Amino acid sequence: MSPRLAARLGSGLFWAAVALILAYMTIPALVVLMTSLSPSELLEFPPSGLSLKWYARAVSYPDFQAAFANGLIVTAFASTCALAVGSAFAYLIDRYVFPGRAALEAVLSSPLIVPHFTTGFGFLLLGAGLGIGRSYLLVILAHVMLVLPFVIRSVYVSLRNLDPHLERAAANLGASPWRVLSRVTLPLLLPGMAGGWLVAAILSLTEFTASLYVTAERTQTLPVAMYTYIREYTDPTIAAIAALLILGTTALIFVANRYLGLRRILSIDAH
Amino acid sequence: MGQGAAAGTPPFAAETAVELVGVGKSFGPVTAVRELSLAIRRGEVLTLLGPSGCGKTTLLNMIAGFEEPSAGRILIDGRDVTEVPPYLRDTGMVFQSYALFPHMDVFENVAFGLRMRKLPKAKIAAEVMRALEMVKLGGLERRRVRQLSGGQQQRVALARAIVLRPKVLLLDEPLSALDKNLRAQMQVELKELHERTRLTTLFVTHDQGEALSLSDRIVVMSRGEIQQIAAPIELYRHPANSFVASFIGEINRLPPARCRLSGGEIVFSLAGIELTAARRDDLALGDGQQVHLFVRPEHLAVAAEAAGGRNRIACRVVTHVYQGTHTLTRVEAGALGVLQLRVPGGAVIERAPPGSEIGVEINLDEAVALPD
Ligand SMILES: Nc1ncnc2c1ncn2[C@@H]1O[C@H](COP(=O)(O)OP(=O)(O)OP(=O)(O)O)[C@@H](O)[C@H]1O
Ligand SMILES: [Mg+2]
Repeated sequence: MSPRLAARLGSGLFWAAVALILAYMTIPALVVLMTSLSPSELLEFPPSGLSLKWYARAVSYPDFQAAFANGLIVTAFASTCALAVGSAFAYLIDRYVFPGRAALEAVLSSPLIVPHFTTGFGFLLLGAGLGIGRSYLLVILAHVMLVLPFVIRSVYVSLRNLDPHLERAAANLGASPWRVLSRVTLPLLLPGMAGGWLVAAILSLTEFTASLYVTAERTQTLPVAMYTYIREYTDPTIAAIAALLILGTTALIFVANRYLGLRRILSIDAH
Repeated sequence: MGQGAAAGTPPFAAETAVELVGVGKSFGPVTAVRELSLAIRRGEVLTLLGPSGCGKTTLLNMIAGFEEPSAGRILIDGRDVTEVPPYLRDTGMVFQSYALFPHMDVFENVAFGLRMRKLPKAKIAAEVMRALEMVKLGGLERRRVRQLSGGQQQRVALARAIVLRPKVLLLDEPLSALDKNLRAQMQVELKELHERTRLTTLFVTHDQGEALSLSDRIVVMSRGEIQQIAAPIELYRHPANSFVASFIGEINRLPPARCRLSGGEIVFSLAGIELTAARRDDLALGDGQQVHLFVRPEHLAVAAEAAGGRNRIACRVVTHVYQGTHTLTRVEAGALGVLQLRVPGGAVIERAPPGSEIGVEINLDEAVALPD
């Protein structure tokens, strides 16, 4: 076999492997998408025809509408609170020396594993103990905790990537500390903060495990409503709403990547 | 000098722009700058020259207010600014990395300081344009700084500082990030810029060529201490100690010599030979004193004959390094060790190929003798 042929074969194998992995990663979403287009009354795969009627039902189903609205409220408050708290926290870790700082930094730069089951259960007990029940407040508190590490990480990475000479240059040119913050630091952190907020929003919108514990019927978010639905009905409405959720989050991630640079949010590069 | 006395009655003259009085800085156990005093005259270019890590940036940062001195006072225009935050000090810093604001275009970068001073819009625009003209960047005001070359970024950083006419311009190795040709060009432009603005300038470099060509006076530093403060020519001709002698330009350090005064001459006996110099005011040496002689490569010459004659020694050629206008020739001079000669032109390369024996004449008229 000539080296050239071997190289071609090698690259062919490589692309085949890439295609296989991609297919494997996207199969669940594809199956859901295809099922959602089925005209049948039952969940079936592969679908026997093509119809959009389940989409119509999904968006007009009152429980989903209410749950989606709940989800938006929770997400808006949770990601915004997480952004405020997380940014301040990230700033603290980056700028000040205090005992335990190294440990905190290590925790923040390792993969984030949060057992949502424990979080949800803990907040449920806490809510009962504090007498706030399964209110919006409790749901938001739980979500803030779940998304906070991602926001901190995102802002922290932006801070690390900020050239410290820029703030000195601004001060040297006559900017008071407050104006250094508002004219230089904050504008340069903005992409990182927006990215952190968006990641938090996506996580919060799609969070299920913890939400199952901390939501009541009145406060349930979309994933919880979907779970309730699938326990009672077996028609493709559930596939349609799931497909909408997938498309929505994909669009958000696309925006985040395009305009904010997820690469920048998820890695520290040298300046 | 007591600190209280220094703060109460500053030893301040009208032509002094910046004065450091007993200023020192330690980072924990590391002493970055030993307590030193220094006055920068109004309108001069004073250069801090020294090897990496000798405390140049630390000194600059203390003047700009980014580092707090561990000891001493800093006065700018006669005002004690030791406790004054950076944004109220009116110094103009140009960072080695330029530190241009990436979220602003060229115009906004240069306008930043003027905006902080709340000047009227029309005035800001006029001042920015004038500064950009001065650094030859007219027409680029709407460029994003990321789209500029290294040399252009350098000019923006300069314009951003000079547009405010600071009390002192602080330049921290501003040319070190540029390639060699651009560096030479920017040296000339910096000089012209200074002619036009007459801003008091503290220039930091570890490049002695840059220091010699740009400065009115040079402060040579080593390990946090001032070794010598002098004009470039003075520094080159009369280095105060062996560190300065070796750091400024090329120089040959001869083995220890003992002096003997004989009439109008001084005879140095070293390594079994004798070298003679005429007595000079700046060669005030005692009989029997032990010194090191330092001789510049340009004061060594290839002699017509191999041996004999005053201050002439027999050497063997090691290498030639051709430099166009001159050749740097290294010779093995027996007990004197390896010497470097600066020979005009390149003829010597053919006349005395490596390995050949030549005579070298040592001209001691401008030699420096420093005690051990
Ligand atoms: N923030 C700091 N913490 C601890 N040590 C420091 C700090 N800043 C500087 N130093 C030390 O102080 C000494 C002087 O540093 P400085 O940066 O002033 O040197 P420099 O002359 O500017 O060197 P270079 O030519 O490499 O820029 C060095 O030994 C350095 O390690
Ligand atoms: Mg430095």
